[in-house]
Amino acid sequence: MPLPKPFRREGGDHRVSVLKSPTLRSLAQWSLFLAVAVAVFSYIASGLNEPMALPTHPVSRAAPSGEPRTTSDTPASKDEAGSLATHANLPAAANLPAGLQTSSRQTSGLHTSSFQATVEDLNAEFRRHWQQRGVEPAPPADWYTLCRRLSLALVGSGLSLEEVRYLQTVPEADRARVCRERLLRDERFVQYWGERLTRTFVGAEEGPFIVFRRRRFVTWVRDQLRDNRPYDAMIRDMITARGLWNDQPQVNFLTVTMDSGEEEGQVDVTRLASRTSRAFLGMRIDCLECHDDFLGNVTLGSASDSREGTQQDFHQLAAFFSVARFNGLQGIADQEHAYRYQYLHEDEAVEVPPEVPFDRDLADPNLPPRRRLARWLTHPQNRQTARAAVNRVWALLVGKPMTDPVDDIPLHGPLPPGMDRLADDFVAHGWNLRRLIRVITATDVYRRDSRAPFEVSERHEQAWALFPVTRLRPEQVAGNVIQASRVKTLDSEGSLFGQLQKFTESNDFVRRYGDLGEDEFDLDAVTITQRLLMLNGKLVSEHSGSNPILNACTHIAMFATSDEQAIETAYLAVLNRPPSGRERETFLARLEAHPRRQAIEDLYWVLLNSSELGWNH
Amino acid sequence: MNKPAICNRSHHFSRRSLLKSAGGGLFLSPLATHLARAAETDAGGGRPKSVILLWMAGAPSQLETFDPHPGSRIGGDTTAIKTTSGSLQISSLLPQVAEQMHRAALVRSVTGKEGDHKRAVYNIKTGYRPNPSIVHPSIGSVLCHQDESGADIPRHVSILPDQSPSRGGYLGPTYDAFKVYDPASPVPDVRRRTSPERFHRRVDDLLDVVEGEFSRGRLPDLQRRRTLHTTATRAALTMMDSDQLAAFDVSQEPQQIQQAFGDTPFGRGCLAAARLIEVGVRCVEVTLGGWDSHVNNHELQSSACETLDPALAALLQTLKDRELLEDTLVVCGGEFGRTPNINPLGGRDHWPHGFSTLLAGCGIRAGAVHGATSPEPDLKSDDPVAKNVESPVTVADLHATILNAVGVEHDKVLDTPIGRPMHLSEGTPIKSILS
Repeated sequence: MPLPKPFRREGGDHRVSVLKSPTLRSLAQWSLFLAVAVAVFSYIASGLNEPMALPTHPVSRAAPSGEPRTTSDTPASKDEAGSLATHANLPAAANLPAGLQTSSRQTSGLHTSSFQATVEDLNAEFRRHWQQRGVEPAPPADWYTLCRRLSLALVGSGLSLEEVRYLQTVPEADRARVCRERLLRDERFVQYWGERLTRTFVGAEEGPFIVFRRRRFVTWVRDQLRDNRPYDAMIRDMITARGLWNDQPQVNFLTVTMDSGEEEGQVDVTRLASRTSRAFLGMRIDCLECHDDFLGNVTLGSASDSREGTQQDFHQLAAFFSVARFNGLQGIADQEHAYRYQYLHEDEAVEVPPEVPFDRDLADPNLPPRRRLARWLTHPQNRQTARAAVNRVWALLVGKPMTDPVDDIPLHGPLPPGMDRLADDFVAHGWNLRRLIRVITATDVYRRDSRAPFEVSERHEQAWALFPVTRLRPEQVAGNVIQASRVKTLDSEGSLFGQLQKFTESNDFVRRYGDLGEDEFDLDAVTITQRLLMLNGKLVSEHSGSNPILNACTHIAMFATSDEQAIETAYLAVLNRPPSGRERETFLARLEAHPRRQAIEDLYWVLLNSSELGWNH
Repeated sequence: MNKPAICNRSHHFSRRSLLKSAGGGLFLSPLATHLARAAETDAGGGRPKSVILLWMAGAPSQLETFDPHPGSRIGGDTTAIKTTSGSLQISSLLPQVAEQMHRAALVRSVTGKEGDHKRAVYNIKTGYRPNPSIVHPSIGSVLCHQDESGADIPRHVSILPDQSPSRGGYLGPTYDAFKVYDPASPVPDVRRRTSPERFHRRVDDLLDVVEGEFSRGRLPDLQRRRTLHTTATRAALTMMDSDQLAAFDVSQEPQQIQQAFGDTPFGRGCLAAARLIEVGVRCVEVTLGGWDSHVNNHELQSSACETLDPALAALLQTLKDRELLEDTLVVCGGEFGRTPNINPLGGRDHWPHGFSTLLAGCGIRAGAVHGATSPEPDLKSDDPVAKNVESPVTVADLHATILNAVGVEHDKVLDTPIGRPMHLSEGTPIKSILS
């Protein structure tokens, strides 16, 4: 390699005389050394040299060479077991980490034929639905789209370039399954779903000071997910929680309500009734707190003898929690305590007995109140609880619930196609959330494209013949921006600096962008504030600017061997897809007309600002 | 989903009032003069009503602000002073405001049912108690929703927002307040970070090429009815290039005016609020914290009053001078009041059972006072409102009054996104303070 121009010995060039100074020569040598070191480090860090084998990632336990080579991901012959037990190079199930083991209840859930049967049933049900609605389904999405979808749903951000490159080494038919199994075993899945489920259970507020420890509760939910604990057991733990909020984190489900309610210093039984109904039964019965239903919004009773909800239904549900008393240093304990309420148009308050709002024969009257409620909620024949879980998980995966709003599932229907089949499978296989995720993501309906070669309309989307285009949460947008600017996967095994940077940047961005709170699945449009933040804000600017140490766009500008490769790499890193012909032509022209680094930065900025980055599709 | 509304023109900027002001308007600001010409092309008609909400975060003490009881056992160290409104007296901690009270009305008997900050903030800002099934819109969001005409800049602005800026609720985040901080600093994210030429090249590639590719084969009205990405981007670009952005820049005001508001972020916020109303913004919320005085009540309330006093007084005077007060409602209050009793730490705790709110302008009867609290309250009563408050009104009543004053039917019913009919307010206007 020729020396840089200032260092060449050329006749009487005055620059040579400058280098005669030992100090300056030493300085120059060190500068050169450092420049080379930075370049080499950047090149290695950029990961642009080779497709990656991800040797240190958790998924490396399922090394590519050991992957079963199926010709297609559907029917999901390998979907159920994934890459867990069938891989020769994996440790025996007993030696797997807790998060990868399955309980005896859940082992039955790993029966491949039952898994396949469920998926095929669902596919058939949706096919009938499309025929009945007279809509043609969109073609299957390509693997890029499907894997991005999975990544957004399971870990909250798009794929890293490292992950895309790895998946490119896997046979195309296996990519979606391999991607899903990697993500399900990734600690980021536990972190992300822990936060999302926490919002379902206790809301997005910080709650009352001292008696509510949000972080403890999130950690508890994450532990349950890591251990793959059955969902019904989680519900029972929360409903019957006792003790102190620090020692028994599930107690926070109750104590988060201690800043409201009629009785100071005690849990708010009406808020708990509302939360229980919405989070676990997927039903909005809040209006019954003040009056009987007169709009036909809340239907209870049995399927053959349905009736409108009453104030009694709500307050009898609330009465289950009246025994949960805050008792100083012991925290929450069960104590005899009657719930009294003055109904509308009545002259005085009456004692309200605890009673479930429907399917009363499934409640065991011999159990104490909170245990009775918990057992009734998770009774295998109480389909409503399983439906609520299915609708929630579907919404987290797809971005839109099967029936909208997510917590307003009509008790006696009509229900969307597939809901009861999924609910029954969920209960039959031990309320196993991972199995539910695998089943949903293996179905044909999950794999539809969000575009079609024929004219599509809202009817297609409503019939699930077209994958819905849904907005991402602010932290997903931030996660996408930050991840797109790095070649390597930003996971929990990354550097402390990287973690801290991601946390700080993400929090700051979400604060400005606007947290969605619990309104997670609304299809609201983007706002001016959000657009300004993306157009001119610090996060996008810093992650698309020149930074030879950290930023992928600079690495691409430095190391991509051709303009075409640079454009394609940028698209893969940011949008997880290759560019279209028109896009390629446009940006090739930009690269020819402007300095390379500037043109790549511009390209990055454009992609980070696209609606495609901020919306799931 | 509600119809998305991103404003782009100042249709409601009254040509008549502007030109009238320009003709004899000694006090017409240079900004308004500059914008008057643009407004000439707009349709005539009355100037739409606007709201400035001075949000006292943390809950001010009624006894140290607008409802003092000096000499009583609950009065503490605060004395009262005469005002320009007849026999009305307010706290001596607000001497400049006292000189403006002939322009304002007081409601001294507001009662709520929320004693927790977060829940009470929601209650006061929306008129409804928190309900897990729905998020209600704030006053500014309702106002913007009811009249879609707009300005180049967002019509709902929150200056110095705390943890709970006003939200669009079920009307959608399009109606959320646009958040800005101390007007001494530029508005965030409105300055492009590259040269104009490079920036526009980027935007062209974004909107023409990448967005075009995203829409290919997808729902034909995806952008128009769902993402609004292009529309919002263009609105953001319009805002970035708008002269109206100058309304945020209070340094353009004469030194004398700036000094009158006080050299504080809140004072600058109030001045910016007046300037924003001038260019067509419909609701500006300016937040002042420091009122949560569980210890050393008198010191903390005095300190906060020092900031509030010049700013509120100058705001009323400036709005009057610029002929904006007739169409601008000023509301000053917090989430609840503070306990009549002083606790062992010299503080006052949370008290939703009778507290004060100031209202001025926009059809509010100047000098009116509604309700009263007892100087010798029975604090052990099971029903402190019935025992200690004369002519009590609810938070919902306060909301109905505000909506009424700004020309919005308070009992109008809107459908929420799930089709649930919902009144804008479930209260009754306080007639005694409406002219």
